[in-house]
Amino acid sequence: MPDIDLGKTDPNFMRELTKRPGGERISACLTCQTCVASCPITEVNGTFNPARIIRMTLYGLREEVLGGDFIWLCTSCYACQERCPQGVRITEFMTQLKNMAVEAGYIPSGVKAQLDLVTGQGRIYPIDDFDNKKRNKIDLPSLPTSCDVVEKIFPKEG
Amino acid sequence: MKKSSRYSLFLGCTIPARGRNYELSARKVAAQLGLELVDMDEYICCGFPIKSADLSSALILAAYNLALAKKQGLDVCTLCSSCTSALTEAVHHLDKDENAREVVNKSLAKAGLVYESPVRVRHFARILYEEIGPDAIQKHFQKDLSDLHIAIHYGCHYLKPSEIYDGFDNVENPKTLDALVSITGAKVVDYAGKKRCCGGPILPIDEKTALAVAKQKLDDIVAAGANAMCLVCPFCAVMYDSNQKGIETEFETSYNLPVLYLPQLLGIAMGFDRKELGLNMNVVKTKDLLAGYFDKE
Repeated sequence: MPDIDLGKTDPNFMRELTKRPGGERISACLTCQTCVASCPITEVNGTFNPARIIRMTLYGLREEVLGGDFIWLCTSCYACQERCPQGVRITEFMTQLKNMAVEAGYIPSGVKAQLDLVTGQGRIYPIDDFDNKKRNKIDLPSLPTSCDVVEKIFPKEG
Repeated sequence: MKKSSRYSLFLGCTIPARGRNYELSARKVAAQLGLELVDMDEYICCGFPIKSADLSSALILAAYNLALAKKQGLDVCTLCSSCTSALTEAVHHLDKDENAREVVNKSLAKAGLVYESPVRVRHFARILYEEIGPDAIQKHFQKDLSDLHIAIHYGCHYLKPSEIYDGFDNVENPKTLDALVSITGAKVVDYAGKKRCCGGPILPIDEKTALAVAKQKLDDIVAAGANAMCLVCPFCAVMYDSNQKGIETEFETSYNLPVLYLPQLLGIAMGFDRKELGLNMNVVKTKDLLAGYFDKE
């Protein structure tokens, strides 16, 4: 990682995050690296490192964190959060970072596709009549094919 | 039938499309054990896949499904571990945060529903363990599966985050699935990365990293001498069963490790046949592994 340019840091970044559920305790991080040692992603891909992401957030590196591809590599497995001796809610904090990234306009295409499918059609894999035929053939009951209710709970704007 | 043996079945998105072997075997095993699974009408996604993009919409999705179960007057039974955590987390959040409840109920009112406490959500395996128990389940068995050496994969959200699961099992030393598998006579094989995640949630983000995570576990399992894997989540099965060939190609290796859902394993011991348990739908073929337990076709 290149040197940090202190002129580009944003102290409000951490303040915003500590107001969100899960972000409250990040400044309690001792950099003990238990999260790193527990992370199944860091083990195979060093571009993801939970302790480094916490540090970058505490330094106020808003653009580098929210615009980085690496925050999307967290699988939400909770291994780190379960073991953090300081009670930092790391998994929830990672989810908040991803939400903030989306609010700032950064969203990977795979995540956008899932969001559009779920809020538009109700499910990741919508069921049609053909699926129900296949289900009936192996003695599984038909499932409702429409999820029209999503249009009511997530009304389209405009 | 007493009330506690009826459940509202929440299938989620992945199972009806990619885990029909899981659904089929779970329904068979449930019926054998006297659990009545009542299908939930017009359910929608549990919210888990969109948590990273939009937590508030994810909470509304979960609350909608919980409100449907409430209307049925039943506890929820889930088969997918991610659905289990998304729905259980929503219960915890909504029950202690009045503002969140108000916001969510404003959206649900448009669908004529309301979220009201209490709604209880439990994974199918947890219901088997807590409500029936390994000893009572074993009384339904006809076959001894002692030729099988099973590596159990707990996955993440069956147990985590632990604070939402009221002290059920133990994250660092889990034992409930070990108990449910060992009653079949199968030998439970311990292995190095037993608690490791499958990598599934980042498959749409970075396929290579996701497959590398799954590979670690397959390596550990084969090294420990298991001849099959047992799991309780369709996401995990996508990684280890559907994508096993892809991992073999990507990393130039070979496993040929059959992956069984827990109710498939229990169903074999109960005497159901291959088709009744959807074993023909498992991607890695189970025929050689299970040859001793079925009549020749």
